Amino acid sequence: MGALRNLTVSQQIGLLFVALFGVLVIVTAIAFGRSLQDRSDAQLAAHERFRRDLRAIWIGAVLFWVAWIAGGIVSTLLFGTVSFLALREFVTLTHTVRGDHRSLLLAFFAVLPLQYVIVATEHFDIFSVFIPVYVFLAIPVVGALGNDPKRFLERTAKIQWGIMVCVYGMSHAPALLLLDLPDYRDRGAFLVLYLVVVVAVAQIAQEAAVRRLRHRPVARAISRSFSWRAWALGMLAGGIVGAALYWATPFKPIPALVAALIAGGSGTLGEFVMSGIKRDAGVRSWGGKASVTGAVGLLDRVAPLCFSAPVFFHSVRWYFGL
Amino acid sequence: MTLPEAAGLALAALARLITGAQGHWYGSPPKAEQRIYFANHQSHFDWVLIWAALPRDLRAATRPIAARDYWTSSKLKHWITREIFNAVYVSRTRTDDEDPLEPLMEALRHGDSLVIFPEGTRGNKSVPAPFKTGLFHLAEAFPEVPLIPAWIDNVQRVMPKGEVVPVPILCSVTFGAPLALQGGEDKRAFLERARNAVMALRSVQA
Repeated sequence: MGALRNLTVSQQIGLLFVALFGVLVIVTAIAFGRSLQDRSDAQLAAHERFRRDLRAIWIGAVLFWVAWIAGGIVSTLLFGTVSFLALREFVTLTHTVRGDHRSLLLAFFAVLPLQYVIVATEHFDIFSVFIPVYVFLAIPVVGALGNDPKRFLERTAKIQWGIMVCVYGMSHAPALLLLDLPDYRDRGAFLVLYLVVVVAVAQIAQEAAVRRLRHRPVARAISRSFSWRAWALGMLAGGIVGAALYWATPFKPIPALVAALIAGGSGTLGEFVMSGIKRDAGVRSWGGKASVTGAVGLLDRVAPLCFSAPVFFHSVRWYFGL
Repeated sequence: MTLPEAAGLALAALARLITGAQGHWYGSPPKAEQRIYFANHQSHFDWVLIWAALPRDLRAATRPIAARDYWTSSKLKHWITREIFNAVYVSRTRTDDEDPLEPLMEALRHGDSLVIFPEGTRGNKSVPAPFKTGLFHLAEAFPEVPLIPAWIDNVQRVMPKGEVVPVPILCSVTFGAPLALQGGEDKRAFLERARNAVMALRSVQA
């Protein structure tokens, strides 16, 4: 695999996309073949879920490909749009009131675009602190001006959380593009793809492990499927895939494995946290089915990325001493 | 494509970006026939939401009701309501020799579909206010036109009364089974039935 390292950037990218779409084609073909067999209802439901996941991965892969062709600004824009849609869904699920109107406007139309402008213009020093420091103060100030003390802390905290997860977390994915890594110029997009692939693999492997193991869930009221063993297996699968992709990253094989373990593990933990939020909001099932508000379940899909991207980003920075 | 058509498409796209504008059809499929839609009214945004939730080819033949004094007061407002929405103008001040429902009757005779908010004004309660009698008179005059109840959910959070900029929050419009005036049905009984039909759609979507 060391030979792969010496290929030019565009050759590596081509190879990666060929591999990605190749795997997707094979998996889709197998899934189609299995859909022709007679199945029980439970199997059919599981299959339906799998197909929805697969479709989401296809869409993600194609978007990635388009973003890659179009360059860094477009992929930042793409992540910004996803951020917007995710935040829209998050806010729908939390019960905001009239007094929150201005804070929400601030979140959607000032904080979100600004954060992505900061990413696109590579203002690295302010990127990490803009939301946790400045917005952290701005949101409750605007909220307090709304003149409604009822459940003030709760409402403000929910908006802060939405911004942290959907905007701050998400923006760390395109921010990988601007990391100035040693001998890795113009290859940031690889790192983004690496992160997305690893997180997706960990998520899928965990789900498969849950179905096979039928282990007792650790927190039944939060998630009926989450168990430590399934989590560890998902993380391991993400790690192995990450290590196999080391040639496309600035890492050596072992650090690539560790980085992938961190990304995969934190991603699936993020998904676990998100199911807690779902339960709190009274939503039973999200996965693509229309819920109360017609929420499409995008948040579900991007939550692992939102939680793992900042962890991954700062691990990488720390490792390279940037 | 003409300018109003393009502006209409842009507006519908914007409404979808902000609210999702999901239309759920229970009991009446979206169909190109003459209809009267009636819905709960909580925000200025209600009409745009229903309009955006309709399939594109139904939008052109479905018209809102607009207060003449307000919506013709500036050139832009007049242009939007006339060119994009093809609104039916009604005057809010009642004169003795004029039936306020006449413009609506005229539009229905023409074969157009209408969207009306029978509460008459925007409410801020969780249940709609009692319906005004206009719906009854229209049902009486046009017994062959199906009356479709619709429930608009969440829109009060998008743009509360007094605010001008909408916040992106997902909304849905649930369309129910058609209603018709039954022979000899009393005005009050009919309006209550219509109101209940709208409220019943609240639980359908869960």
